[in-house]
Amino acid sequence: MTSRSDPGAPSRPADHIDSAEPDPGEASVNQPKLGVVGWLRFAWRQLTSMRTALLLLLLLAIAAVPGSLVPQRSSDPNGVTQYFDDNPTLAPILDGFQMFDVYTSAWFSAVYLLLFVSLIGCIIPRTKHHFEALRARPPRTPARLGRLAGYTERTAPEGIDAETAIATATTQLRQAGYRVERYEQRGVLSVSAERGYLRETGNLVFHTALLGVLVAVGFGGGFGFSGQRVIVEGQTFVNTLAAYDSFNPGRFFDDTRLQPYSLSLEELDAVYETENRKAFGQPIDFTAHVTVEGQGEESTDRTVKVNEPLYTHGTDVYLLGNGYAPTITVRNADGEVVFTDSVPFLPQDANLTSIGVVKVPDGMDEQLGMVGFFYPTQETLDTGAYASTYPDLVYPVLTLNVYQGDLGINEGKPTSVYTLDPSTMEQLTGGDTGVDSIELMPGETTELPNGLGTVTFENASPDASEGDYSQSVPRFASFDIHHDPTQIWVLVFAVLILAGLLVSLFVPRRRMWVKALERPDGRIALEYAALARGEDPTLEDAVSAFADKHAGPADDAK
Amino acid sequence: MQLDEISILCVYSAMVVYAIAFIAFSIDLAKRSAAVTAAADATPEVTAGAPEHVGVLQAAAAAKASAAAAAAEGGASAGPARPAKVKLGAAGGPGAGASVAYGRSPALRVGVAMTVLAWLLHLSGTVLRGLAAGRVPWANMYEFALTGTLIITTVFLLVLVVAKQDLRFLGTFVTGLVLVLLGVATINFYVSPIPLPPALQSIWLVIHVFVASASVGFFALGFALSVVQLMQARREAVIASAKAAKASFLATLPDAVSLENLAYRVNIIGFIMWTFTLMAGAVWAEKAWGRYWGWDTKEVWTFIIWVVYAGYIHARATRGWRGSRSAWLAIIGFSTVLFNFTVVNLFFKGLHAYSGL
Repeated sequence: MTSRSDPGAPSRPADHIDSAEPDPGEASVNQPKLGVVGWLRFAWRQLTSMRTALLLLLLLAIAAVPGSLVPQRSSDPNGVTQYFDDNPTLAPILDGFQMFDVYTSAWFSAVYLLLFVSLIGCIIPRTKHHFEALRARPPRTPARLGRLAGYTERTAPEGIDAETAIATATTQLRQAGYRVERYEQRGVLSVSAERGYLRETGNLVFHTALLGVLVAVGFGGGFGFSGQRVIVEGQTFVNTLAAYDSFNPGRFFDDTRLQPYSLSLEELDAVYETENRKAFGQPIDFTAHVTVEGQGEESTDRTVKVNEPLYTHGTDVYLLGNGYAPTITVRNADGEVVFTDSVPFLPQDANLTSIGVVKVPDGMDEQLGMVGFFYPTQETLDTGAYASTYPDLVYPVLTLNVYQGDLGINEGKPTSVYTLDPSTMEQLTGGDTGVDSIELMPGETTELPNGLGTVTFENASPDASEGDYSQSVPRFASFDIHHDPTQIWVLVFAVLILAGLLVSLFVPRRRMWVKALERPDGRIALEYAALARGEDPTLEDAVSAFADKHAGPADDAK
Repeated sequence: MQLDEISILCVYSAMVVYAIAFIAFSIDLAKRSAAVTAAADATPEVTAGAPEHVGVLQAAAAAKASAAAAAAEGGASAGPARPAKVKLGAAGGPGAGASVAYGRSPALRVGVAMTVLAWLLHLSGTVLRGLAAGRVPWANMYEFALTGTLIITTVFLLVLVVAKQDLRFLGTFVTGLVLVLLGVATINFYVSPIPLPPALQSIWLVIHVFVASASVGFFALGFALSVVQLMQARREAVIASAKAAKASFLATLPDAVSLENLAYRVNIIGFIMWTFTLMAGAVWAEKAWGRYWGWDTKEVWTFIIWVVYAGYIHARATRGWRGSRSAWLAIIGFSTVLFNFTVVNLFFKGLHAYSGL
């Protein structure tokens, strides 16, 4: 039922359950002193033992836990910033232990690299041994089958001699997928058969493919890139380094590999639930209609959806976010346009209350900054505060707080387009100024305070009927653009892992023997027995099934 | 939401029937203890006055018949109970201890019948929920619990049909677990059916989540077998050390080695499905989030579960770890599965924020 030790399998770690039991006396014998080589060999044997692999596996599981308890820079950079703010004393200590980069940390890497070294140390000798086993003949039939698993005896039908019985057994075993070898030991005919070599093949494929995944992931990170870009409806993005809002290249990435193509966002459709009251306003569908044009190519219309990325020109384009980009125009006191643009406002909640910043560096006496709130469907709460109650454009309102002074961008210092540093500026509206914030609906224009000029919230569809704001504000799409040359290899290795696993766990590896003994009465007694090599729950059934097939049902005497 | 109301009604009815099944299975366990006590009191010879309890079979006596041990049938056939199946524990092995034959008590049959009835109600409730929502019924935590527990029961009933050993004794655990999970789900996780957000509108929702819940079903059964295995191993150790063993229902159950082998077979099916879950999840993550692996909290815990069960499989093949130690790993493994389903879903921040709560 369970596997037994098999002295003929030296390829496995010494403490594998299928390896030979160590001689208990051996350990107590005085061992000679180990030299450097001896120590290295000892260390290698320890590292490649089953016990070490098992402990490293458990260690890997434990080492992965902290990464789920503390925010990680890789998946949640804002969470890390927040954590530093909330725990100013604890966070630097944790950071010292690389707790915010667990999966690239020295200690996590050490565990999995040791595990993989142990794995390599295990699979190389096993592969070698397996190749030899594939060419080897099934071993000699043991002298006494009676002690082996599933042992059963049958009497051959009258008139069948030993030669015929063994010959048919050999044929039947071969047909059943066994590799067979006939033996004649002291005049006794027998056949030795072995099957299930695929089990070990699957095992080796599984472990090698794990290594393959690790290597592919490592290389993929090195040669690929990922970038982000926000595109407002009507705008075009060209796949060049400068066009990305943020860009994370791999270690070996070379920007000449970027294929220049352009991607224009024609329209972003957003559909929200309107019927189910329990889910009112829940997003149902986002579809970005884009046109793609490569060098010297016709432009083609394509779509990008949340679960349907666009694969084009060696890059994968994902729609990961969207929101509103109100078009705002600022004129100075002379009526000259000093700023006009669709400014992406970042959504803050499910109903798309959004925050954005307008920076006017030139054209006025002093630099002007505005912090805006956009409510696609504005409602006034009991407290007097504004809120959005629905994510689509039903009653869009834009409020702006105006700041005057130094934007802090003159020294060429890079600053975020989504934040305004008010420390060197004077607030003119909202807050404690006593002046109401500027409040606009699409198409409206109002005076800036102190006669600085005017600000306009442009209506994107001025011809729409009265009260229809559904197209009045442009939307933006936030695209992630990736290139990962080894992704396909990760998939290939993953499939190999699964296939190897299935084969190695479900194909039974077993040996079976049939022996023909001549009885004094001249009839032939047939002996059947088998040996499991690895987990084999159906071994005994297999022996009796084969015996039934070969010599008929069991003798009643038994 | 007419359909959803019927669905809830079905689920509540299923819970009531599960509770009845649980009580029946518990009565059966109590009867097993009583049978063992009675067998211990009886003389070693089987007497005609005790048709239900065949008597004490020393493992040593079975050594000769080792070839046929697995399928050996008990001798006593007269009497109201069906012929008792005798499991000859680790025939000839030392310390296997006495096992007591035990048929299928009326309570056990009631338990199984009620479980089948509860399963039917549970199935209808789940299907109706899917119809009410117009999609697969496993898109939020309530639905996932509904489907996951349904699969636990399904796997249990399937194993009853398929397995050679009689595993009806696991009914107490299975119905108990399903009852508790369903109770928590209906009271704490319930949300009315709402449409799918764009991120969940994918064929992978059908594949990835279903296979995940199916593997949970197998892991749950493997967990139960490992727990019984540990109890049985303790009892066998006590018997081996020649101390008086307490009369316990365990004497009517398969021996520790058989339980371990069963647990292993159930767990490797779960492990293969979990491997697939992880990979399908990665394929989906690539489509929906733009990367196949990003150490999101749920991904981390999926990985941890995978590694723990990989450790379990290695432990089975490591000398000194087979037996009770590997059973502990299976128990830790299922604990991480439950942790992943409850704590990670509810309290950890991550991209798998689909509990609907």
